[in-house]
Amino acid sequence: MILFERVMKQYPTQTRPALDDVSLEVEKGEFVFLVGPSGSGKSTVLRLILKEESPNKGRVWVLGKDLNRLSNWKVPTLRRQIGTVFQDFRLLPNKTVFDNVAFALEVIGKPRSTVRRIVPEVLELVGLEGKEGRMPDELSGGEQQRVAIARAFVNKPAILLADEPTGNLDPATSEGIMKLLDRINRTGTTVVMSTHDAAIVDQMRKRVIELEQGHLVRDQSRGVYGYSR
Amino acid sequence: MRARFVMSEVWNGLRRNLTMTIAVVITVGVSLALFGVSLLVRAQVETMKDFWYDKVEVSIFLCNDNSETPSCSGGKVTEAQKAQIETDLESLKPLVQDIYYESQEEAYDRFIVQYRNSPIVDSVTVEALPESFRVKLSDPTKYDIVASAFEGRPGVEQVNDQRQFLDKFFQLLGGLQAIALVIAIAMLVVTVLLIVNTMRVAAFSRRRETSIMRLVGASNFYIQLPFLLEAAIAAAIGATLATGGLILVKTFVVDRVLAPAFQFTAFVGWDAVVGIVPILFLTGILLAGLAAFFTLRKYLRV
Repeated sequence: MILFERVMKQYPTQTRPALDDVSLEVEKGEFVFLVGPSGSGKSTVLRLILKEESPNKGRVWVLGKDLNRLSNWKVPTLRRQIGTVFQDFRLLPNKTVFDNVAFALEVIGKPRSTVRRIVPEVLELVGLEGKEGRMPDELSGGEQQRVAIARAFVNKPAILLADEPTGNLDPATSEGIMKLLDRINRTGTTVVMSTHDAAIVDQMRKRVIELEQGHLVRDQSRGVYGYSR
Repeated sequence: MRARFVMSEVWNGLRRNLTMTIAVVITVGVSLALFGVSLLVRAQVETMKDFWYDKVEVSIFLCNDNSETPSCSGGKVTEAQKAQIETDLESLKPLVQDIYYESQEEAYDRFIVQYRNSPIVDSVTVEALPESFRVKLSDPTKYDIVASAFEGRPGVEQVNDQRQFLDKFFQLLGGLQAIALVIAIAMLVVTVLLIVNTMRVAAFSRRRETSIMRLVGASNFYIQLPFLLEAAIAAAIGATLATGGLILVKTFVVDRVLAPAFQFTAFVGWDAVVGIVPILFLTGILLAGLAAFFTLRKYLRV
């Protein structure tokens, strides 16, 4: 599903590579935590999967495609199969909950009838039924993140990437979000989630990949956050 | 493709960036109006050329008793000389289209009609005016052939080409047209720069939307389309303004002021305006579209 082969990524403005000689594989249907301190390369891994960046060395395979050889005009097709959630939600403030989720379908040209059918289903899945008409700033942080997850999932992607999705949320709300991600994972969607939240990682007991200064230092199934707490 | 969705995005974009939209509409309007006027002046020159070149003649004035040029040293033109000139003119066909002989009496009649309000009429006699051959050419630009054949020949006082006077006038109009065109081009450059800047601001103010669009896999085309349409629509509105300006120029300046004041000549018709309008729309939309396209390629990367 996702395969990194000895990937090296160096940003032009930095002396140290963001990722150095990283190899990893994620199977279909897995739930993987990416952990490590800030600047360890977690976000770079996610950006490489989305082909927002290309590696300087090595190969990245996603959904059976070698991203080095994927032409630019095919990138949108790749991204339609990958949902993405961020710490800062990235909702459109001038659109309602319904329209925010519908936006993801509209901009890839899905017909109105499909939008009208699918969006309420997904909003129900994330537990936001009845809040379709609200604006993002009328919602709590947890609810906003549910909207973002609904938007990421509305296309039924094969992979869901979550970049510190609970980073702005309190523990109780975070737990709700984790349950939601777990439920999405059980529909067969591969989930890759970067996080700083040790409590969540310890509680979920899923595979843990730890990065430190761009190096992969641990890859453990059913792992915990780390020992250096 | 979701036409309604795209159009609502376009509408929101134009509304949210209203001041810039208005600026683009006005500059496009003004520059295209100038461009249109310069095209109209050129059409006017063409119209006048058609009108006048059809009427201009080469006049071969013959010697009379008062002529002082060397070729008239033999006194008044003789019948034999006249006959020879006429045969020579006939031999220049088809360049020479029409030959018309004007006698002194006819010249006098025409003169007193032309200057009927002037006291000069009283002092002019039939004998003072020259006989002439009025020659119409099939190609008025080939005046030289006729001039060189008859200039200086005994009995010919002077060969006159009316076209030379007109050409000076047309040069003046051509100069005006060139000035209008230069200003129009400068304005169009300003317009393009303004559109480039507007697109940059628009792309920046909507980076949230476009980043989400990229993330969920919208194609480049779909991301850029609303911006391109906004530029094209603003340009089309500007071109509509320019068309309005052109219609005003034609109605008030040409038809109400110039045409009544200068009745001796023809003025551009509405067909010229109708011909220019599509050029204005095409120029405006194409310039705006291209400017937007190349700006967006830089600012809206995958």
